[in-house]
Amino acid sequence: MSKCNVSVTVNGKSVSAEVESRTLLIHYLRENLGLTGSHIGCDTSHCGACTVDIDGKSVKSCTIFALQAQGAQILTIEGMAGADGKLHALQEAFREMHGLQCGYCTPGMIMRAHRLLQENPNPSEAEIRMGISGNLCRCTGYQNIVKAIQYAAAKLNGVDYKEAAE
Amino acid sequence: MIPGTFDYHRPASLSDAIGLLSKLDSDARVIAGGHSLIPMMKLRLASPSHLVDLAAIAELKGVRIDAGEVVVAAMTTQHELIASELLAAHAPIIRETAALIADPQVRYMGTIGGNVANGDPGNDMPALMMALGASYVLRGPGGERRVAARDYYQGAYTTSALPREILTAVRFPAPPAGHGYAYEKLKRKVGDYATAAAAVILTVSGGRIATCAIGLTNVAETALFAQAAAQAVVGTALDKASLAKASAAAEAIAAPAADGRGSVEYRRKMAGVTTARALTRAFARATA
Repeated sequence: MSKCNVSVTVNGKSVSAEVESRTLLIHYLRENLGLTGSHIGCDTSHCGACTVDIDGKSVKSCTIFALQAQGAQILTIEGMAGADGKLHALQEAFREMHGLQCGYCTPGMIMRAHRLLQENPNPSEAEIRMGISGNLCRCTGYQNIVKAIQYAAAKLNGVDYKEAAE
Repeated sequence: MIPGTFDYHRPASLSDAIGLLSKLDSDARVIAGGHSLIPMMKLRLASPSHLVDLAAIAELKGVRIDAGEVVVAAMTTQHELIASELLAAHAPIIRETAALIADPQVRYMGTIGGNVANGDPGNDMPALMMALGASYVLRGPGGERRVAARDYYQGAYTTSALPREILTAVRFPAPPAGHGYAYEKLKRKVGDYATAAAAVILTVSGGRIATCAIGLTNVAETALFAQAAAQAVVGTALDKASLAKASAAAEAIAAPAADGRGSVEYRRKMAGVTTARALTRAFARATA
């Protein structure tokens, strides 16, 4: 079985590794590149824990071969914080708004929310809920995840976050 | 879950792809978005020895008008279908349906070609293509041919495409301006396949339905073209009696399996219910 070279740009850095053609992107990221922030949850493209950003698209990295991403620009949770360690607005928001409990879904949630806010900088609550409908969280009931994304949207738009009355 | 081994090919043109399929083992498979095939490979329900990735083929991308028909190239993703202004103007039912497929991540990858080609009865686009009177463009070593969506499906995962053919596009005549449309999908949760779903395209003239076409999703081994159900409402103003006749006609051709979505009886009934709901919504749109 022949190995193939897969070269991509991950979080701004050019990387490459020899992998089998059947290597899934999530395994390439975690095992070849040591980027274990993206999680394997269901491994069946339902839960979204493995979501990364590929060429401006949110993709479940358990359902794409590394070879299909050849040459792509990939952003993972490790690339969200600044080089100085300053949290991205979404990371800060998930902390401030208690958008996680166990944290397993969080990298996928943040990567999906990142693309959602790129496409729709000021989403309604309904748009946020539909936007993260491919990401499962078994702890929070989603309420604080939605608030976190609203908080991050406000911060990125340079306005104060006001929590809606419940 | 680790798929079996395979050799990966990424041709840059359609003719290269067909050339590859002609010379590779007959179990070579084309891969589009991969969101049906890769899960099947991970479960070892599919173990192709070669994968021919269509992602680099520019001619398989995009939406255009050609000879009075709307042409959607096979590798156009669900996300791109939703974003297409051309489709929103000519066939808004495609946006309505695409938005109900799976979830955002899957829609960035999943393609219209993959959705219609592989013959999964749970896929949403085949019934819609039947309602639109679409044809599928198949290209193989022997050239190009077109097959009507209504004739394409033979059974679950069995279609009239030949092993070395690639479905390159779907094409359909744009429904007339002012037509009514609806895709009514009953499902348990976001991302689920339909318990039952109905696609309706109709036109209204003088307050009465002039033309109507209905397709049904996931209530049989293939999508169904519900001709009798459509016939039941043509010439009517969609009164209660004709709506009931249409529902009964849809139920009569439904042959669903019992699964986690419900019993045979329930899912057959839902074929009728979704048909009535889709007809009602489409009629309201056409008469608004």
